[in-house]
Amino acid sequence: MVAYRAGAPLRAGNFLADVMRVAATLPERRHVLNACQDRYRFTVAFAASLVANKVSLLPSTHTPEVIRQLTEFAPDVFCLTDDARCQIDLPRVRFPELVPGETVPWQRVDIEQDRLAAYVFTSGSTGTPLPYRKTWGRLVNCVRFEAQRLGLLDGRSHALVGTVPPQHMYGFESTVLVALQSGNAFSAGKPFYPADVCAELASVPEPRMLVSTPVHLRTLLGTEVELPEMELVLSATAPLSQNLAREVEQRFHTRLLEIYGSTETGQIASRRSAETVEWQLFDGVRLIAEGEDTWAEGGHIEQRTPMCDVLEITAADRFLLHGRLSDLVNIAGKRSSLSYLNHQLNAIPGVVDGAFFVREPEEGSSTGVTRVAAVVVAPELSAADLTEQLRRRIDAVFMPRPLLFVDSLPRNDTGKLPHNSLHTLAAAAMKRS
Amino acid sequence: MSDKASPLRQPAPPADNAALQREVAGLIVAALNLDVAAADIDVQAPLYGDGLGLDSIDILEIALVVSKQYGIQLRADSEENEQIFRSLAYLADYIAAHRTK
Repeated sequence: MVAYRAGAPLRAGNFLADVMRVAATLPERRHVLNACQDRYRFTVAFAASLVANKVSLLPSTHTPEVIRQLTEFAPDVFCLTDDARCQIDLPRVRFPELVPGETVPWQRVDIEQDRLAAYVFTSGSTGTPLPYRKTWGRLVNCVRFEAQRLGLLDGRSHALVGTVPPQHMYGFESTVLVALQSGNAFSAGKPFYPADVCAELASVPEPRMLVSTPVHLRTLLGTEVELPEMELVLSATAPLSQNLAREVEQRFHTRLLEIYGSTETGQIASRRSAETVEWQLFDGVRLIAEGEDTWAEGGHIEQRTPMCDVLEITAADRFLLHGRLSDLVNIAGKRSSLSYLNHQLNAIPGVVDGAFFVREPEEGSSTGVTRVAAVVVAPELSAADLTEQLRRRIDAVFMPRPLLFVDSLPRNDTGKLPHNSLHTLAAAAMKRS
Repeated sequence: MSDKASPLRQPAPPADNAALQREVAGLIVAALNLDVAAADIDVQAPLYGDGLGLDSIDILEIALVVSKQYGIQLRADSEENEQIFRSLAYLADYIAAHRTK
């Protein structure tokens, strides 16, 4: 069993038949942006690309600016989509019609460990995303450690339901790859509203695992829906408070594990958040502190990698997470950096100066999401024009709330923008508006 | 499509739901801490993207408010879902047609 669609099982023979059918339709080009919305079609498209020796590009967002940057990185990139209304400005190839029930005898398809399978991207600090190579072996090793940690290797067929898209590194690893590599099955849908999550869970057999995020879990807790029995709930993308973790476990009679990782290293640790604040590293992974920086190595990590968070090592295999290094922004699993956002803002014709800053979650926000705001000097531009321009460049979750027009920014002698001056200016501008 | 969907395809004249539109606008502004006045929201403008500029996290917040306030559980797989957030007018019409409290 590889997957379920609306509760109907898709077996390994079906999957292989579908992969071969799709692989035969792919163009000669080497790089593919897999935009398939359906998790099963995404997975077939990924596997077909791998078999056809193509490289999947996995940016965290598909704004026009990011697509433009992708074409600079890989001029031959094409978009494989299952959506007739797809607007992505690349040569588009439609995911072919599959033949329901088509199957071939199962056979092993060997992919060498060092085959380049994908590039994932971090936002970088200069306005250009930084690519990270993911070889097939590296991807597989990472999720095998994960499967072991999550207890997915006990011989039963677990059904994985994800509220996260497969294009996102966490969704890719924890729904698609982990199921493929551990003999478990994922559900093809991407349920959004609480009632959708409930229906998707109910459509698959036990034991079930829900792969989700703090935003979705808060929303589930906030509604009155009764969820079907879940053996395990997985959360990642932002830390979950211990209270919320306990609430999830009690309300849904389940066990909640949080996953910690980074774009560069993949997943490296987990914790049972209702019981402990300490993270436990995956087998073989080690952390090394050097001054203020922490590096990760060992296990599935190919080379020593600096971590972008403030970590405190508490034991050989444990650590505490004290938040992100200040420039990084993570909103609902989408990662960016203030310098990237600032670069995009200041690249807009008519913007004289501008700066983003982080606003902590508002009181009473049920999803508890951090937002960003921005101050801008742009006397020639209207708010509507500037917003329109910005929307083409950055993901919707990073759109500034609010976007404040000011006469000038309080830069110091060295051109830097002291944190306090910026916040004082922003507070005053907000009061005026 | 079921009869239930008809209020969406043929929106009632705006005046019918004007009070509800104002109420829903107020709930959205409060839930999302938007820096616009509820009365300034164009009832015909899209809530997603170009209009009010909401994203999917906002839509989840609105779904929570709608479920608490009006007893409606939204579903993404219904054809109606895309219509619901086309504008404040559509959302209010949908709520009027489906509310259980």
